[in-house]
Amino acid sequence: MPAGTLYRGREGMWSWVAHRVTGVLIFFFLFVHVLDTALVRVSPEDYDKVVSTYKTPIVSLLEYGLVAAILFHALNGLRIIAVDYWTKGPRYQKQMFWTVMGLWIVLMLGAIYPVLGHAARVLFGS
Amino acid sequence: MATEVSPADELQLTGSSAAYSPDNPAPVIEPPRARTKRTPRATRTNFELYGWLFMRLSGVVLVVLVIGHLLIQLVLDGGVTKVGFAFVAGRWASPFWQYWDLAMLWLAMLHGGNGLRTVINDYAEQPNTRVWLKTILFTAVAFTIVLGSLVIFTFDPNIR
Repeated sequence: MPAGTLYRGREGMWSWVAHRVTGVLIFFFLFVHVLDTALVRVSPEDYDKVVSTYKTPIVSLLEYGLVAAILFHALNGLRIIAVDYWTKGPRYQKQMFWTVMGLWIVLMLGAIYPVLGHAARVLFGS
Repeated sequence: MATEVSPADELQLTGSSAAYSPDNPAPVIEPPRARTKRTPRATRTNFELYGWLFMRLSGVVLVVLVIGHLLIQLVLDGGVTKVGFAFVAGRWASPFWQYWDLAMLWLAMLHGGNGLRTVINDYAEQPNTRVWLKTILFTAVAFTIVLGSLVIFTFDPNIR
């Protein structure tokens, strides 16, 4: 392939891609989540049985992934609003993207213990 | 002073263009945006503008509602381990949390539904595929909103 013909994008394009991917993932989780919550109208036992799967280590890891998707979508969504409404937003979109990534990493580090602590106790004993 | 030359004298017709003349004009190609019989009459609304605005307004509100929800369900007070029927019953005893969850349900489903509509419009190239995917999407969104709203307001802590 000749050099310089493939558009690889930069912060603007990749944040757009990640915003789409996380948005679609969150939508499908939300659909399932409303269905599982609807089990409270069936019986306490059925609801508790399904919710107990949310407490297993593998699903806890998926929950950590869900938190990752939601936090990125939330922070990048606020960046998009700033690009749209703040006069200097388009000029600082790259700086805002890296601010989003920095905040996201800090929040994800902070979420490790609360979200994955229980899974670690199950796997390795407390 | 240059002598006047009419454009018709300078124009050299080549290739397929040479087959056309004032007596045998080329076929008229319809401008891409011309309105035809197949154009829906009511395309001139501001639906997409309001959709765009809704994504931003609901997005700001959802940041607060959803991150609050994550803190309550996954972080505070033992994280996910405390979640169960009794925990749900305790929360929905208060109208504040019922309306919190109702607002989250409606805004998130409409925000996500509009987002997926955009994704379908972008990637589904066949008109039939687009219509089918959006029909399925609309049905799923309407079903989820109705089911979730009913569950919040018909919740019975003494079901057993």
